[in-house]
Amino acid sequence: MSLKYIGQRILYLFLVVWAASTITFFIPRLSSRNPVRERFAELARMGGFAPADLEKIIADYSRAFGLDKPLFQQYFDYLAGIARFDLGVSLNLYPKTVAMLLWESLPWTIGLLIVTTILAFVIGNLLGALSAWPQTPNWIRGFATSFVMLQGVPPVLLAILLIFFIGFKLKLAPLGGVYSIGTIPEFSLSFILNLLWHQMLPALALIFGSLGGWVLSMRGMGVTIQGEDYVTYAEHKGLGARTIFRDYYLRNALLPQVTGFALALGNVVVNAIVVESIFGLPGVGSVLFAAIRSNDFLVIYGIVLFITMGVATLMIIVELLYPLLDPRIKHT
Amino acid sequence: MTTTTQAAATQAATTQAAQSERETVLTVTDLVVSYYTDAGRAKALDKVNLTLKAGEKIGLVGESGSGKSTMALAMMRMIKAPGRIEAGNVVVGDIDLMSLSDKDMLQARLSQIAYIPQGAMNSLNPVTRIGSQLVDAMKAHTKDVSKEEMKERAIAALESVELKPEVFKMYAHELSGGMKQRVCIAIGILLEPKVIIADEPTSALDVVTQRQVMETINRIQEQIGAAVILIGHDMGLMAQSMDKVAVMYAGRLVEVSTVREMFTDPKHPYSQALIRSLPKLEEKGVFEGIPGMAPSLLRLPNGCAFHPRCRDVMDHCKTTRPENQVLTGGRRVTCHLYAEENEKAVA
Repeated sequence: MSLKYIGQRILYLFLVVWAASTITFFIPRLSSRNPVRERFAELARMGGFAPADLEKIIADYSRAFGLDKPLFQQYFDYLAGIARFDLGVSLNLYPKTVAMLLWESLPWTIGLLIVTTILAFVIGNLLGALSAWPQTPNWIRGFATSFVMLQGVPPVLLAILLIFFIGFKLKLAPLGGVYSIGTIPEFSLSFILNLLWHQMLPALALIFGSLGGWVLSMRGMGVTIQGEDYVTYAEHKGLGARTIFRDYYLRNALLPQVTGFALALGNVVVNAIVVESIFGLPGVGSVLFAAIRSNDFLVIYGIVLFITMGVATLMIIVELLYPLLDPRIKHT
Repeated sequence: MTTTTQAAATQAATTQAAQSERETVLTVTDLVVSYYTDAGRAKALDKVNLTLKAGEKIGLVGESGSGKSTMALAMMRMIKAPGRIEAGNVVVGDIDLMSLSDKDMLQARLSQIAYIPQGAMNSLNPVTRIGSQLVDAMKAHTKDVSKEEMKERAIAALESVELKPEVFKMYAHELSGGMKQRVCIAIGILLEPKVIIADEPTSALDVVTQRQVMETINRIQEQIGAAVILIGHDMGLMAQSMDKVAVMYAGRLVEVSTVREMFTDPKHPYSQALIRSLPKLEEKGVFEGIPGMAPSLLRLPNGCAFHPRCRDVMDHCKTTRPENQVLTGGRRVTCHLYAEENEKAVA
């Protein structure tokens, strides 16, 4: 692995981020909605009267946010802002900055989504590998394949079903929220348990939603690898079933799954929006959802940029780690 | 009891006096393997008998589907569903493999009876180093051996098949086909087994590499004194490097003879046809094939399975299955032609 290769990948990363941010810059601007006007209209509606100089206020704010400049001027200002790590302010929640919003919501999303994505990957691949392994007892096989059925259920429906049955009917888990109302956030065991307890249903919804895919693809891979000469030869060598399963079978079947994992990271965002909205979690997904609804495009830009950077960086890390998993691949 | 008569018979056949004193390392008795398919039961091995002494080399030839590889798998007890070993014994040294527990069988593989695979190209794990594939085989069979010693032994095994010690740290994709085959031989001899089964070890290699690999097998085999069963189609290769040739047809061993006898005076009509079909230096031009097709194991002809293609077919060949018999001189043939001769020999 050469430095030149890493340099190329990083250059590529910047290209991807630039392309993504350019597209996201122009798409919200295609509509004629003005978020500032909408915000003041809403305030006026709530207050019951409209100030006489409403139009002037809107114009002043638009000027303050730089929305009165030509679109291309705004675009270059925006790129310059990114270069200074300045993502701007929220139009809807002014004076909160986009960075502040991200900072507040990111831990929730990372905590829930990264953990569940990894858990689903590990459990799904293990079940998939087991379900293709000839010595596996039938009940494990049946158990693994049942998750494939769950794959057909949309995550939204799955989340609602979980809330209804486990949360509402059985009362085994809270219906939503981050921690019990009335608890004071503190660094104690009971609070952390309370936190985890509230994350249970969304976590289940996310894990069940993606487990089947891993089971299915790993099973397919496993069937192929099982027929490979080196697995049969490992048996001829008199190796124990456990060694063959781990070093010869799983190790080889896992290779394409790792690529799949990198690709699945992109889906994390979509899942975040759905699940966080349904369970009322204050993560990035909820913030993004609110921003899209109010056309708060500076927030949309910030979050999309951040997510693109995150996913692209993880992809590069996976790619750089790949030669460690498969010695046949070398980056030159 | 049968074992002793067989041993006596083989002894007489062996020209080398030294070899006749060697102990018997492999005795296969009445081995029967069937595959249960949707279309019915296919008898892949039908009462196969074979005896090998230490250091003896036997070539196993036969058409595709005649049961050569099934025999190798059955001797390793690696027949998988829908196949089943239905009867018979495989005794290696003084261990009856069929009576071992699954766990003990794992121990017996490689340490008592080793297998050198057919497709050495894909027989090595692509994601782990060659060295670790030798070491894990050792680990599975030996206890209380330090890591350093295992590494030393693995490197010694690699050197004994003329591979550099650096191969220990390499991956399969960095080796040539011949080198991969050598690695498989190195793994095969790692624990100095009594019997080595080589399933077409040279079929994917060019002739020069073929020869080198065969020389390696022969040299190694002499060093550790193991008996070798070489499975293949290449009669030339058999003639060059084997002591005996066993011919399989439709799941039965139809003839077992020494190489010289097989090539100068084959007994079974199928072996005769095989030898006739070989190209000869003197008579250029026409090749003589064997008419007809190998029978389906699901629907074997009545009587002798070879009778529809046999040029010496007699009436009772079509109704009665010939039994395996020992001729004077210790050759074993499964054919009605020699029934009388056999009776005389027994008398």
